[in-house]
Formats: sequence, structure tokens, C-alpha cells
Amino acid sequence: MIEIVLISTLNGVLYGMLLFLMASGLTIIFSMMGVLNFAHASFYMLGAFFGFEISRRIGFWPGLVLAPLLVGLIGVAVERYGLRRVHRHGHVAELLFTFGLTFVIQEVVEMVWGKLPVDYRVPPSLDFPAFTIFATNYPAFKLFELLTALAIFAALLVVVTRTRIGLVVQAALTHPAMVAMLGHNVDRIFMLVFGVGAALAAVAGVIAGPALVTQSNMAALLGPILFVVVVIGGLGSLPGAFLASLLIGLVQTFAVASNASLADLLGPLAAGSGSSFLRDIWNVTVAQVAPIIPYLLLVLILIFRPRGLMGQRES
Amino acid sequence: MSERTGAAPAFAAPPLPTGRGAGFLAIFGPWIAAAVLLAVLPQVLSSGLALSTLSLMGMMIIFALSYNMLLGQTGLLSFGQAVFFGLGGFLTVHAMNAFTADGPPLPLVALPLVGAAAGLFFGIVFGAVSTRRAGTTFAMITLGIGELVSSSALILRHFFGGEEGVSTDRTGLAPFLGLTFGSQLQVYYLISGWCFVSVAAMYALTRTPFGRICNAVRDNPHRVAFIGYDPQRVRFLSFSLSGLFAGIAGALAAINFEIMNAGQLGATQSGTVILMAFIGGVGSFGGPIIGAILVTYLQVALSDITDAWQLYFGLLFIAMVMFAPDGIAGLLARQQPLLRGRQLHRVLPAYALALVPGLAAVAGLSLAVEMTNRLTVHAGDGPAMSFLHVPLRADAIVPWLVAAILFAGGGWLFLRAAGVARQAYDEALAVVQGRGRTS
Amino acid sequence: MAKAFVLGAVMLCGLGAGIVAPALAEDTIKIGYVDPLSGGGASIGQIGLNQLKFIADDVNGKGGVLGKKIEIIGYDNKLSPQVTLVQVQKAIDEGVQIIVQGNGSSVGAAVESFVTKYNERNPGKAVVYLNYAAIDPSMTNQNCSYWHFSWDANVDIKLEALTNFMKTKKDIKKVYLIDQDYSFGHSVADTTVAMLKEKRPDIQIVGNEFHPLVKVTDFSPYIAKIKASGADTVVTGNWGQDLALLVKAAGDAGLKVNWYTFYAGGSGGPTAIKQANLPDQVYQLTEGFNNLPYKPAQEVVRAYIARYKSEPIYYPRLFNLTGMVFEAMKEANSADPAKFAPKLEGMKYATFASGQEGFMRKDDHQFFQPLYMSVFGALDAASQPFDEESTGWGWKMAAEIPTKDTLYPTTCKMKRPN
Repeated sequence: MIEIVLISTLNGVLYGMLLFLMASGLTIIFSMMGVLNFAHASFYMLGAFFGFEISRRIGFWPGLVLAPLLVGLIGVAVERYGLRRVHRHGHVAELLFTFGLTFVIQEVVEMVWGKLPVDYRVPPSLDFPAFTIFATNYPAFKLFELLTALAIFAALLVVVTRTRIGLVVQAALTHPAMVAMLGHNVDRIFMLVFGVGAALAAVAGVIAGPALVTQSNMAALLGPILFVVVVIGGLGSLPGAFLASLLIGLVQTFAVASNASLADLLGPLAAGSGSSFLRDIWNVTVAQVAPIIPYLLLVLILIFRPRGLMGQRES
Repeated sequence: MSERTGAAPAFAAPPLPTGRGAGFLAIFGPWIAAAVLLAVLPQVLSSGLALSTLSLMGMMIIFALSYNMLLGQTGLLSFGQAVFFGLGGFLTVHAMNAFTADGPPLPLVALPLVGAAAGLFFGIVFGAVSTRRAGTTFAMITLGIGELVSSSALILRHFFGGEEGVSTDRTGLAPFLGLTFGSQLQVYYLISGWCFVSVAAMYALTRTPFGRICNAVRDNPHRVAFIGYDPQRVRFLSFSLSGLFAGIAGALAAINFEIMNAGQLGATQSGTVILMAFIGGVGSFGGPIIGAILVTYLQVALSDITDAWQLYFGLLFIAMVMFAPDGIAGLLARQQPLLRGRQLHRVLPAYALALVPGLAAVAGLSLAVEMTNRLTVHAGDGPAMSFLHVPLRADAIVPWLVAAILFAGGGWLFLRAAGVARQAYDEALAVVQGRGRTS
Repeated sequence: MAKAFVLGAVMLCGLGAGIVAPALAEDTIKIGYVDPLSGGGASIGQIGLNQLKFIADDVNGKGGVLGKKIEIIGYDNKLSPQVTLVQVQKAIDEGVQIIVQGNGSSVGAAVESFVTKYNERNPGKAVVYLNYAAIDPSMTNQNCSYWHFSWDANVDIKLEALTNFMKTKKDIKKVYLIDQDYSFGHSVADTTVAMLKEKRPDIQIVGNEFHPLVKVTDFSPYIAKIKASGADTVVTGNWGQDLALLVKAAGDAGLKVNWYTFYAGGSGGPTAIKQANLPDQVYQLTEGFNNLPYKPAQEVVRAYIARYKSEPIYYPRLFNLTGMVFEAMKEANSADPAKFAPKLEGMKYATFASGQEGFMRKDDHQFFQPLYMSVFGALDAASQPFDEESTGWGWKMAAEIPTKDTLYPTTCKMKRPN
């Protein structure tokens, strides 16, 4: 029992931090610009492929620096020449713009790297088991993932709440005219924010690429789970996103460990009384539905607490 | 994000025709023309593929319009519209199988009513939880619901038929006026009939006070609340009715394909309907119709021409969002005052002037894309290829130079010409408006 | 507004010109390949198309079939059954009477049902569906059709073979099942449990897990569960990302068990196994693999890999499929499915991968062939020349399951045309 609880907690925290790593850039863009960036997963994928390409030429560590820089620049260009133009048509147009971008990025990646997975490996310097609990190894690379996520969280928190830049950015969202009047270049601020968000996605890509599968459909497969993190945490709240990542990681991991079903809870259906359809529902275990629990959480939270766990405003 | 999400400032139901020309023909003329057109279309386009495509377009028109009841008219951005399409379809398939076996002798023509009832029912259920909010919150709830339903569909295998879905045979039902609906032509007439009725119903709905209140909720919910309507309730009604029509579309899909599977409930289908509505234009009633036709056509035809079709599709979509955010219908609507003021001839040469370099730039870009595709994705087929029936080698330098020149030169000229066209448009518009003021 | 409706219809007439563009009337044998050629599924769909083209080029170089050239036309179905049906209709319009499809049982079931109804409703213009990978047993059992022929062993047959192999492995004590939560995963799990119970009642099933299809990013909790169960063998029907991530999580956690799979050889599988560093622990059951010591096959494979360097994966069953169909055409002296389909029934054929004999069962149009258990690991350079995905590792023979050990009864009551 202790073994399961301990290992599940560890796995849950590790998974939660991976989620936060992926979602941090999305939160930043969402909270500061109000843009629901559908192309976030595509930037993440670009990061993974750039990381792969750089790491097989000069090594993983240069890749960890260069790939996010490159993707950040692409993000800046996307904002400057695309998103900014769309901004005046409202949020739906912005969202749809990034939606269109996902098609383009995916197709370009397929043309350059093909449709099959590439062999993106964990760097040798991190390719060893860091520690072993109950005969289960925890690779050093996963700990590196965790530390990076924590470092990014801390750094972002400081920048957003404690520095001048962060305050200006937040003010620019709600009162752009006022901020501009105070002599700040609002356009440039948004451009930088978008670039940083894209770069953060790329950091996640460089790190998650070797741990997961680096393939041209990885962006599509990541799916809307990142939106779930951001929304459950509360729009505009970095600590909220952090908390939501942890919550989802733990809930999902513990759910997998549980084999309970309605049949266990309420007893099996009386023979002959249940249709086959009811039997399906009756016998589904918690573990079976674990990966869709976050979506249920999303719906419930939005119904009962629309501003999310730590959001300051509703939408 | 503000309460208002719909990017549809231009939408307003046109006033009822008054005074001159308000006769029977002015109101019903276009509808009669549409009905005649639907009836004769299969005589013009009679191949099997054309009939299948037309049938597909018919159901997609209903689907896109049902979606626009939310996005365009009530200002609700939903990511889960396919849920109603799919559930409507599934219940229809089950109903078809039940009636085939030993149920009441219900003809196939009436079965979309099952889809409608299912769509309405689930619209009410999901609407009750989701429409309490608007804006991003609403969008995210629909995203969650969409994921939940499509994931559950794979788990609840007995109802949704697992991966292979539920199939049926439409000819097994009671014949209707002697028709058994075995041939695609008969199915086309069934679909186009339902399409006509649904479009008319949805159009009529926009003209009712309810339709106007929906627009008001989109534009300013606070003011609506102030004058005594409950915005939440308006959203709920709109959502439920939208579910109803999506259910009809799903039922028609079930009848047409004789199979329903979990993919029809999923994010891809929900995404497609957003594309259709937006490309066509959410700002007018007819926009989604144009979008549904165009997107369906591109989906069927584009992948034959190139397997990089997603790239072109994405670029087209981005271009639409950037340069024509009110869609094709919006572009056309802008020409309407010129047409009415008989000034269209002033701008057409300028448009043609912009079109030529525009096409050249597109050709240059797509040449580069196709050659890249040849060298990477299709390396196994060798570098020899043909582009627009011109044979060339993808690894030679000349075609690349041509592509670069076409793209850069064409693009530059296009931007210049676009400026000229815009100026011509403004001038023509000024003439029209000027005349309007003086006369 | 109704005007827009009319306008849309007018626009449609314009577009219609494209829809009805007549097919060129060349005298070729057209084979329509309907599979995903764009988007996420394309990584597998493209491979089949490459291979069919490779085969067609070879056959055409030798003069074609019945003096006609073979023409392969790809139709992108985006892995959607509905799009598939439109594409099949398009293919038929263009004069295609032979449809080849494989990926996705949802698509396969749709094509099978469509082709059957089409032939019923349009007598005299038969269309045949040649299936190379959709393996839902219903397709050759309760939903079987005269116009459908299947070359991949279906789930029942694969598991019959797998459990016959496991029967002989005395060191298997505890088996864990983990599968994707959809019909294929469930039929793998249910059938394995039932067959093992009969053939090896001493084996303990210590877990029977399902997870949603391609929704899991982190498999460590599942690995923890497998570890806690004390299993020595895992049987999984997982494919694609779900298999790659599962194997990698096992490697990370240091789980040492034997993996029995069906799709570990699919794109990305070998890379993942190598990254997870699990030598000689992952098995797969297929109708052939590159390192089978059969010279004619190895030469063809070499030529294929040289041509498709970026996607060097192939399906031996597509060679069986085309070989048998061309032979049936020659026997019938006709490329009309109504004439050559009867010749396929009961046909015996030396399979591509090993030259051993297989046969097309008349009762349900299912091809039976020897199956092979192979294991992934370091190679002996002299006798095992082919590695996978440049990993340096490759598939090696673990066991051959002869055709007779793969036979599984069918419930098909085939309706034959008069």
C-alpha cells in the first residue's frame, strides 16, 4: 500500500511538472495577451525537432539554448507579421489564426523531417537511473525535467510579479491605451511576450522530445490537455497553472492505480436486468477512464468556479 | 476577454422589403430559384462522385448553419458542435436498425426527425450546464464536453459500436411513394429536401424577435438584461435549437453513409465546422453555406491534386483570417453597394490587375512546396515531376529560380496592385455614397 | 439570405466542372489505394502506397498483367470512414474496380459494407475490396462478404498463433494484459484470456488493463502497476505512440519482462525499443520480417529499401495480395472482379516472406499463412543483414508458427452472387 502511494505520488508529481513545463508558455501568452494560442503545441513540436537536429550535430545542451531562441524568433515573427494584424478583429480571429498555423507548421515539419518518428535520444550525461525506490528506477532525465519546470516557474513568477516589465505587461492587457500613453510600446511588449511564450514551448519540446516520441503528429496528439491545465488553474494565474498541473498529474496517476468500478461500488448488475449499454458503464474502472478525468474536472470547475482555482477574473 | 466573443459586427438581418418590389416574388423569388436549382443540379452533375459530393455538401450546409446560430448570431464560440451531429447520427442509425427489424413502418424520409429530437435533447442537457457562461468559459466547457463525449464513445462500445461504428441499410425501411433510397440520386433528393427545409427554418428563425434578441445578446448582454430578457436563457434556447439542426445534419450523414462511428463526434469534425463557418463568413446568414460548399469541395478535391493539401488549406485559412475576417460572404457584401450603384465596372479592372500577380505568387509558392515535397516526402519516386503539366526536375536549379522569382515578384506586384484596387474601391464607394447623398 | 444560397449553388456549378472531369480512358488495370495519405495517419498510409507503386513498377517492367499495365491510384481518406466512402465513389467513377485498403477497422468495415451494397444495387459492375491490414474478426465472420478478401491474419488467428507459441514456453507464469480501450484492444484481451485458459490453465492472468486510445502521455503509473503485479510477460495490442511510450516508460523504470506485441515493428517502434534499451525482450507476431533466411524475399527487400530510404518499412502481405490477384486475373483471363474473384477462392500461394505455402479459405475469404514470432535485438551481421530505423538492432527469428497452427474456425455464412 505504502509502495503504491509513494510511487504514485512520485509519478504524479513528475507528470504534473512535465505538464507545467508544456503549459507554462501557453499560460504566459494567455494571461498577458488574452490569446488562446492553438499553435502552442506546434511550437512545442518545432522545439523538439530543432532540439533533435541541433543535438545530433553539436549536442543536447547547445540545443537546449539554441532551439528555444530560434522558436522564440519564429514566435516574434508570427506575432509581428500575422497576429498583430488580426488583433483588431477580436479574440476569435486571433484564435482561428493560430488554428490555421497548426496546419502549416505540421505540414512543414513533415516535409523537412518526414512522417516517421526521429531518433531523439536522452543525452548520455543524463542517461542513468538517479535513484531506485521499491525496485523502480527513476531516470536522471526525469529529475532534470522536474528541476527545469520548477526553475521556469520561479523565474516567471519573479518576472511577472516583481519586475517592472511584468507589471507593464499586465497593465498593457487591460489598459493598452494608458500604457501606451505612459510611453511604453505596447505592440513591442506583446511581440516579446508571444516570443517568450513560444520559446518556453520550445524548451518543453527540447526536453520532452527524447522522453516522449518526436514525430510530426506529436503536436496533434498532445491535444487540448494544456488548455485544461491553463483553464483549471484560472486565466491569468501562473501559480494556478502550476497547481492545476500538479493536481491533474496526481489525480490521473492515482486513478490509474485504482481498479474500482461502479460494479465494485454498488454490486454487479442483477443478471438480465441490465442492457449491454448499461453493462459498459457499470464495468468501466476508474483506471480505464483516468486520462479523461482532467476533462471532467475542467467541465466541473468551469460550472462551479468559472474563474478557475486561482484566477482573478472570470474570462 | 469580454463577454462578446463573436467577431460578427456586420451581421444584421436585412429589413423586410418594403415599398417598391415588396411583392411575392421579392420575398420568395430567391427561394423558388434555390429549390429549382436543387432539383435540376443532379441533371447537370450526374456522376456518382458528384452526387455523393452534393449530398455531403447538403448536410454540411445544415451543420455549418446550425453552428453559426451560435457563433455568428449569438456570439458563442463552441468547440463541441460535432457532439450533436454525432449523437443525432448515432440515434438515427439505431432507429433505422430498429425500424428495419420489426418496428413501426416509418419511412426513411422521416428519420431526420429522430436526429433532430436527439440533437435537441442533448442540446438541452449540455446547454443547461454550459450556457450559464459566455465567452472563453463557454468555449472551454464545450471543449471539455466534446472531449468527454468523444472519449466515452470509444469506451461505451455497445451503443457506439466501438471502432468500426454502427452500420445499417437504408433500403430496409418502409418505402416512401415507392422510393427505396437505394440509389444515390434518391438520397440526394432526400438530403436536399431536408436541407432546403432546414435552411428556410433557420432563416425564418433569424427574422423572429427571438433571432433579434440573440443578436442583442451577442452584441451587448448587459443591455439585454436591462430591458428584461435573461441572456442566459436566450443562449440556452439558441444552443438547444442549434443542437436540433446539427442533429438533423448528423441524421442525414447516417442515411447517406449508412454508417456512424466515433470519429464523427470528435474534435476534427468540430474543427471542420468552425472552418466552414469562418471561411464562408459568420457575419451573414449565407456565409456558412458558401463555406460549407467550398470546404467540402476542397476536402474532396484538393487531396487528389497534392498531398500537401493541409499546408495550402492552412495558408488559405490564415490568409482569410488576416485579410478577410468576415469571410467570403463579407468580401461579396462589400461589393454590393457598388453593384447597386452601378459602379462595379470601375473596380473590376483593378481587381483583375491584382489577380494576375497574385496568381503568379501563389504558383511560385506552390511550385516551391511541391518540389520540396518531391525531394523529401516522395524521394523514392525520383526528382522528375510535373507541375501544371510542365515536366521538370525538382533537383535542378532553374525551377527553383522560377519559383523564387514568381513568388517574390508576384508578391511584390500583388501588394502594389492591391493598393491600387483598394483605392479604386474607395473611390467607387465614394461615388456611390456621394450620389446617394445628393439624389 | 436566400441570395447567398443561390449564389452558393451557382458557385457549385462552377466547381462542379472539376467534379465531373472525366477519367482518362487508358487501357490499364486500375487499382485504387484508399488509405490516409495526409495528416497523422499518413505515416502508415504512405508506406502501403510506396510499396504498391514499387510492385506495380516491377510488374509493368516485365510487361504487366494480361498485356496491360498496372496503375496505382492513391486516394487520401484521412482515416475517416465517411471520407473513405466518398473516395471509393470517386475511384469507381474513374473506372477503378479494385479497392485496396488496410488502415483502421472502422474504415475497413465501412468499405466492406459499401462494396457489398454497391454490387447488390449496381449489378454487372462488380467492385472488389482487397484488405491488407484491417483485422477486426467481424469482417470475416458475421459481416463477411463475397467481395472482400483479407490478407492479414485477423485478431483471432493472430492470438491462436500467439497462444500456441506461449503454450510451449514453460517459463511463462504470470501474464499481464494492457490494451487500448477500443474494440481491437478488447478483442485482444478477451481472446487472450479465453485461449490461455484453455491451453495453459496454469498461467495466471495478473492484470487486464485498458487505457484510452492515444491520450496517455505518461505510462509510468501503468508500469508501476505491472511491476507490482509480479508479471513476467506482458501481452499488448498497442500500436504507434501508445506502444512507443509504454516501452520507453518500462525502460526508464527498469521493468524486465517479455513483451508480446503485434505492432512493435511499426513506425517508431524499433526506435523506442532501442532507446528503452530492452534487447531481446520485445517480440512481435507477423507474417514475415526482413531477416527471414529466404533469398528471393531478401533481394526484393534490399531493392525496396534502396528506393525508399526515408520510409524503409514494408508489408510482406501486400506482395502476397498483389501476387495472388494477378495470378487470379491470369487464370480468369480477365481483370473483371466478377471473373477473377472465384479464382482467388481456395487459391494456394507460396508466401512472399518465406516461400511456405498459404491459402485463401473459401468459406470466409481469409488468407492463412505461416506466422513468425521475432524478437528485437542486436544482430549477427553475417546471417541477419537488416536492421530497423538505423538502430543497429533488428528482428530475429524466435519461432515459426506453421499455417496449420493458425487455423481458426469462422462463423461466416457467405452470400455468393448467382
